[in-house]
Amino acid sequence: MKWTLLVVAAALALVASVVLGPAAVPLGELLHSDIVWNLRVPRALLAFLVGGSLGVAGAGLQALVRNPLADPFLLGLSGGAGLGAVLAIALHLSGPWALPIAAFVGALAALALVYRLGLIGGAALDPRILLLGGVAVGAFAAAITTAIVSLADAVELRNAFLWLWGGLSSASWDAVLVVALYAPIPLAVLYAASRPLDLLALGEEPAGYLGADVAAVKRRVYLAASLLTAAAVAVSGVIGFVGLVVPHIARLTWGHRHRVLLPAAFIGGGALLTFADTLARTVVAPRELPVGVVTALIGVPVFAMLLRRWTIA
Amino acid sequence: MLRLAGVRYRYPGAGRDALVGVSLSVDTGEFHAVLGPNGSGKTTLVRIALGALSPLEGKAEIGGRPSHEWPRQDLARMVGVVPQREDNLFPQRVRETVLLGRYPHLSLWGRERPEDHAAVDRALVACDAQHLADRWLWTLSGGEYQRVRIARALAQEPRLLVLDEPGVSLDLRHEMGLFELVRGLVDRSGLGVLMITHDLNLAARFADSLLLLSDGSAVASGAPGDVLTRDTVERVFGWPVALQTVEGRPHMVPLRQSKESRA
Repeated sequence: MKWTLLVVAAALALVASVVLGPAAVPLGELLHSDIVWNLRVPRALLAFLVGGSLGVAGAGLQALVRNPLADPFLLGLSGGAGLGAVLAIALHLSGPWALPIAAFVGALAALALVYRLGLIGGAALDPRILLLGGVAVGAFAAAITTAIVSLADAVELRNAFLWLWGGLSSASWDAVLVVALYAPIPLAVLYAASRPLDLLALGEEPAGYLGADVAAVKRRVYLAASLLTAAAVAVSGVIGFVGLVVPHIARLTWGHRHRVLLPAAFIGGGALLTFADTLARTVVAPRELPVGVVTALIGVPVFAMLLRRWTIA
Repeated sequence: MLRLAGVRYRYPGAGRDALVGVSLSVDTGEFHAVLGPNGSGKTTLVRIALGALSPLEGKAEIGGRPSHEWPRQDLARMVGVVPQREDNLFPQRVRETVLLGRYPHLSLWGRERPEDHAAVDRALVACDAQHLADRWLWTLSGGEYQRVRIARALAQEPRLLVLDEPGVSLDLRHEMGLFELVRGLVDRSGLGVLMITHDLNLAARFADSLLLLSDGSAVASGAPGDVLTRDTVERVFGWPVALQTVEGRPHMVPLRQSKESRA
């Protein structure tokens, strides 16, 4: 029943995002329309893949750092990606992939730095150090970004910022293909870590006594979730709330076992972001709202409703 | 099965050794208790025994293989542990938490098989907790919760059970029930047990052998009657006691301090 509802919601979100848009395409011509095939379909698919990836990355990171407030962007990736994008613009790199690649490289640099901090003093990815390191690296990258912005030509940098906080307007079949080939690898790594992630909820020492190789699990989950997030930020900028709220909605509905939770977070995240993107580009058409605004506006009330039901039950 | 020989360990940066020259041997069908004041090295001993730390000197082996070389999943089929503390990050039902004990028996992608659910049922029955199976963990009393945690360790189907202060904060009935349960597991299913405890009297009453630690060294070890002597207990714990005999085992009663020594 819950699964049926979720799959139906996801299908509806995908259909709606293909059917609806600022340009009126008659229903009969949907299948032959260039607007649909070259703009709406890739955009819907990209939104679904990115939303699903953020949902899974968030669920994995929350279990890893054992903190329900964890968000895929909390570990400094958004700061690194922003710095990469702004550098690419300040250096006048051009081409359709310049910004995404620069943002991806920036996110990877931040990831590497936070990971290295997490190993200081033999700490073996202590969750507290990861969180502190992520916040610190993110703040550092943001400071450099702001310094560059303050020195450079403002007009072109506005584009970088809009792009970063922007969303899915640059979607293309190429982007869909890249993400569709890339994301399954970290997604499979996270799914394979489902059971050890269940154990990790008891604490690292008890998880080890129940048979989990805690150090290896933490490494794998951290890297896989971060690589997923880095790809998401590269193709769609920083989209908040999906990675924070969707895992919680999935936990409240499906329980905490990651075997079930991760697929639910993927479909739920995909559905939410596809739906939010449809709203973002239709409600104030021909202008667009940042999709992160819409994910927050939808996600938070739904979350609040579920939370209420949970505390009463 | 579990063997420690001349173990020495010092935490990085610590000024003194946490354990020096400690030896211990636990086989199936034996109940061993480790006693000692706070900070005497009990928990360090367990960490070394289970391979979470490796000794600087001496040996720690399980089944003839150095403890820290065991792959964790293989070790978890051999040794079940009830740690002193654990978190409950997300709400969970009793049957789910006991099922976590089957993790070492599952393959990477495989689902739980009927034999896994059968092992969970057996473990719940062995701990007299089958009626709790569908309860949420947070609705359990302290005593029920400990039984469920022991059931989870039994679901691992281990040959050795390690318990770190399982009786703390339990009332008389539940604490006695817990020791009876553990003793019964040793006698009925031939489990080896290593228990850390503060309770000298219950350890003396139920265990086959005691190891008394003080400042990281073994002060005495062996049968309860040999370890719990008035002289030894007063020296290690720094408090006057009297020793009686209850049901054939030594029973320690702490005394009020005399006026002179209080001053």
